Amino acid sequence: MTFALRFSDLTLGYERHPAIHHLTGEVPAGDLLAVCGPNGAGKSTLLKGIVGILSPLDGTIERVGVGPREIAYLPQAADIDRSFPVTVYELVSTGLLREAGLFGRIGRGERTRIEDAIAAVGLTGFEGRSIGTLSGGQMQRMLFARLLLQDSPVILLDEPFTAIDDKTTSDLLGLIGRWHSEKRTVIAVLHDFEVVRKHFPRTLLLAREKVAWDATQNALNGENLLKARRMVEAFDTAAHACERAA
Amino acid sequence: MLYDVFISPFAEFEFMRRALIGSFALTIGAAPIGVFLMLRRMSLVGDAMAHAILPGAAVGYLISGLSLAAMTAGGLVAGCLVAILAGVVTRNTLLREDASLASFYIISLAAGVTLVSLRGSNIDLLHVLFGSVLALDDDTLLLLAWIATITLLVLAVMFRPLLLECVDPGFLRSVSRGGTVTHLVFLCLVVVNLVGGFHAMGTLLAVGMLMLPAIAARFWCAGVGPMIAAAAFIGALASISGLLVSYHAGLATGPTIILSAGVLYIFSLLVGPHGGLVRQWAPGRHLEA
Repeated sequence: MTFALRFSDLTLGYERHPAIHHLTGEVPAGDLLAVCGPNGAGKSTLLKGIVGILSPLDGTIERVGVGPREIAYLPQAADIDRSFPVTVYELVSTGLLREAGLFGRIGRGERTRIEDAIAAVGLTGFEGRSIGTLSGGQMQRMLFARLLLQDSPVILLDEPFTAIDDKTTSDLLGLIGRWHSEKRTVIAVLHDFEVVRKHFPRTLLLAREKVAWDATQNALNGENLLKARRMVEAFDTAAHACERAA
Repeated sequence: MLYDVFISPFAEFEFMRRALIGSFALTIGAAPIGVFLMLRRMSLVGDAMAHAILPGAAVGYLISGLSLAAMTAGGLVAGCLVAILAGVVTRNTLLREDASLASFYIISLAAGVTLVSLRGSNIDLLHVLFGSVLALDDDTLLLLAWIATITLLVLAVMFRPLLLECVDPGFLRSVSRGGTVTHLVFLCLVVVNLVGGFHAMGTLLAVGMLMLPAIAARFWCAGVGPMIAAAAFIGALASISGLLVSYHAGLATGPTIILSAGVLYIFSLLVGPHGGLVRQWAPGRHLEA
């Protein structure tokens, strides 16, 4: 089986304090993986490591067939300046930046793709609206449209449905299903176990280290969830250098 | 009569024509830079950079007197050094940009003043402080034209990443490594335009040509492109009216041009269609949908 990502004894963290400790495992190409765990478990940290915003303290991340900058990534709180005068259409079109570069023409083909992406998330009619006028759910739809345009084989979503209503969530889950059927690798950080059980075949349960990484119904069993909940959240300010063998 | 007021000062006096062309060149380069500074909430960065440039220009003056090349070079070196150091520190430590800029520009200013006092001469820095828009020679005019040209070309090259760096820096970081470079090049463009500006307006007032037209333009246009065009237009209008007022009333030219831009800003603030005060006080009845 080919894999899209492989973590080998991966430790990620901040100022030498690990947020994820000694994670090893593979994400097969085309996987639809949920990452679950309590707050502070290292879920977002893992995604930041995968896209290369954060360098590993130890261990490695191998990416097959994609560079770190080619991965489509939806952060938990996009630091978008909503007062900036750009329209929905313009913001969605930035998904083409990698492809078009500094001067690449946005021709008729690209314009159709942008319009299709906007239509696919149900924002037709909003093209000319400035982004400051969007609601939270519309904003999230717009960011999904940009992910669509990025056309990446690996897509990372960090809590994409937080503060999003049911209708929008189910629409966006439809898009995730479409990506899965297109054999893209999708990794999503989620808190809603119901959504995870229903839509995600595999789950990685994290609590600063791997608790379980398995088919969803096995990973999210009572024993594992209890173990995850006992995680110690605060790091030890007087911790020694870690001597654990790989 | 109208001819006497509006045309004859320019038709009769070459220094007025030179001043007009110089200010046009200045405003064409400064307008887009100012718009980006404003939209990135960096409106005060221009002021900080102007302080950072001053000592460089003063050192240039100390070494070779009132020489265009030396003062320009000194200003560029000091300004770009401060911009790059601040940018690098911001992106590699927990300091925010305002903090790192504040520390470096004040170091630059102090170093400049120290250097000047070492020499012990009481040099006339009035030229550096207030500029000499009515005494622009060929070299200075060419310099201003070059600066406008380079600014527009560089902005054209990095327009997309620069815009994205303003709206959604996190996204830019996730798809490209160019964000930092874009930012540093942009800061250097700010420096280049301020250095051009100080020959005409003086180091401190150069910021006026950078920011006032851009901030006024915010009230007239919604998109970035139109905003840049509007800023250039407002800057040109301020140049013409400032020159005419200073000619007829015998006022100092640089400050009068900036004051004209100030008047245009207040006018825009009042009646501009995008968030202008009059529009806010009397918005009209609410719409159906």
